[in-house]
Amino acid sequence: MMYKEMIGKKSSRVKNIVERGMVKRFAASIGDSHPIYMDEEVGKKSRYGANIAPPTFPRTFDYGTVEGLHLPSKGLIHGEQIYHYVRPLLVGEEIYCYTEVKDYYDKTGKNGLMGFLVTKRYGEDLKGNLIFTEESIVIINEAVREALKV
Amino acid sequence: MKQIAKLTPGEKLEITLEPVTRMDLIKYSGSSGDFNPIHTVDEEAAKAGLPGIIAHGMWTMGNLSKLFTPYYEEGFIQDYKIRFSGMVFLNDVLTLSAQVDESTDEYLDFNVKATNQNGKAVIKGMVRFSKR
Repeated sequence: MMYKEMIGKKSSRVKNIVERGMVKRFAASIGDSHPIYMDEEVGKKSRYGANIAPPTFPRTFDYGTVEGLHLPSKGLIHGEQIYHYVRPLLVGEEIYCYTEVKDYYDKTGKNGLMGFLVTKRYGEDLKGNLIFTEESIVIINEAVREALKV
Repeated sequence: MKQIAKLTPGEKLEITLEPVTRMDLIKYSGSSGDFNPIHTVDEEAAKAGLPGIIAHGMWTMGNLSKLFTPYYEEGFIQDYKIRFSGMVFLNDVLTLSAQVDESTDEYLDFNVKATNQNGKAVIKGMVRFSKR
């Protein structure tokens, strides 16, 4: 079983920057153009001392690739998404990101056999302190599995 | 504006969005880097067996989090868990809501959801807002 063998595997850490322009555009695209994300003065005076990024912004980071993990580009269903924050992300800061395959299991439902792939992504400061985690559960349905032969 | 920390169990934050447009989803594709064409191109949605293009689940999840944006001076979103339970189509009108479930000295727990014009929850989950 291809995905089961991947459990526990991680990508190498990739350095990312919480880019000001990206944060501004991302916030606008979810209808959330609040000064805490983009007005430098508001950021400086805030309890964070800087602008912050919206909680779902980590979607945009590069987490590297887990060797041997191949996901189809089509037909996946996003089942669940779980964020945990130690503190908000600050605009302009550099972070290290990586991803880990947490789990894989099958379930038979009314739509036939489905596979559930659980991945967990991590964001750390440059000293290695955790800032956030982002866990995703992606459902791979039978038609997609057939195409992948898994 | 009332402080978030003063909300008591059962009280709610709620807003209703403008109808979903194709441009909303084109913009989110660009800002998120998720260019899966079932969110923007009619033919690709049809090929995938869908009656029309659908919103990125993460677009809806991103929108829902803005209920908490005015309160960042009091704390931040520590945990945000969502289950995607329905599809969002063009012209759907979503109502975002967060209802206080529990309030302690350290955090507020909210049950959160986005429901469409037919009252169906399309995403559902919880937010723990840290008061630290």
